[in-house]
Amino acid sequence: MKVILRNPRREIEIRGRRRVHGLLAELGLPRESHLVIRNGTLVPGDEELDTDDVIEIRPVISGGM
Amino acid sequence: MKCRTCRGPAIIDLPRHNANFCAEHFLQMCRRQVEKAIHDHQMLNKSDRILVAVSGGKDSLAVWDILIDLGYQADGFYVALGIGEYSEESRGYTERFADERGLKLTVVSLRDDYGYDIPTSSRATGRVPCSACGMSKRHLFDKAAIDGGYDVVVTGHNLDDEAAVLFGNALRWDVEYLARQLPVLPSRNGFPKKVKPLIRLSEREMAAWCVVRGIDYIVDECPIAAGNKHIGFKEALNALEENSPGTKASYYLGFLDRMAPVLAGIAASGADSVTPCTRCAAPTGGEEGSFCAFCRLVERSSTHEPVSVELILKKSRSRKRAQSEVAQS
Repeated sequence: MKVILRNPRREIEIRGRRRVHGLLAELGLPRESHLVIRNGTLVPGDEELDTDDVIEIRPVISGGM
Repeated sequence: MKCRTCRGPAIIDLPRHNANFCAEHFLQMCRRQVEKAIHDHQMLNKSDRILVAVSGGKDSLAVWDILIDLGYQADGFYVALGIGEYSEESRGYTERFADERGLKLTVVSLRDDYGYDIPTSSRATGRVPCSACGMSKRHLFDKAAIDGGYDVVVTGHNLDDEAAVLFGNALRWDVEYLARQLPVLPSRNGFPKKVKPLIRLSEREMAAWCVVRGIDYIVDECPIAAGNKHIGFKEALNALEENSPGTKASYYLGFLDRMAPVLAGIAASGADSVTPCTRCAAPTGGEEGSFCAFCRLVERSSTHEPVSVELILKKSRSRKRAQSEVAQS
């Protein structure tokens, strides 16, 4: 599957199916500070992602005070 | 995963609520949390004229959207900070949001209206950029609210923001700041009332609100803020939250319930007298006949040669490298 990461924006290819929380753990990204989006729709932690999915992993932390 | 409310397919899991929600019931949960914050802290009335401080980011656009959704009258106010492409993009998101919904948005540009931008003011005054930025925005939000006859300024500070600030204040035991860290600052001494309706909602929930509602916002981080201390505090709290969901809410909302009343006397004694700034008439804590901090910043920054974002970033990187070398030695 194609995975789009942000800050900075980049794309990586992951081989094989994954559950959302498994993918985040594999990439070392905390669930509390990221959303996983497939085709503009949020996907929860236990959802299985397919090999031909395009996934955006969106960070949610902002630094303004 | 199934929605806790309707048992339909969930789109988000929220460990701190030990629950999953579908889109409809996730939005319902967010609205209820905002309504509870507004009610519990007497933030807003339906007849209030509200000015929302918007940045083009998820929180400020979400709070504007939620208030309109709940039937409040709310206009937007945006400050163009002059942080290169980041500012241009964030302004675009804000203007499109307002245009698409027919909402009133006022834009003030630091460069066009006051002759400086954040990178330049940082260099001209020696302030860290986030300090110059925060001070400029606070002054201009206050001014816009007073000049425009608004009853209250709304900001998009969320649970993570407030927990991180609380963490920083507690690390330094800054008792005066702790005493003032409240979700409502009443109108006084020429300052407008300010409220934070998102204090019961996390950063992740606000980003999810925007995705579900189809709100485009600037996802990229401010290049100058990246890696600042405030973000470090958020990451530390998120590490605790991962192991013990609900920690951030318990920490901050528990502070409001049990610690803020203890500190109330300190907050009241800190209500210093103010005098009007000689130049702009804004209230200032300085001596009578003096300029306010914003006018001093404008005076020094607007006469300084413009400084690029890249130069500030380069300086910041070399400072961090030096700090790291000292720490390792």
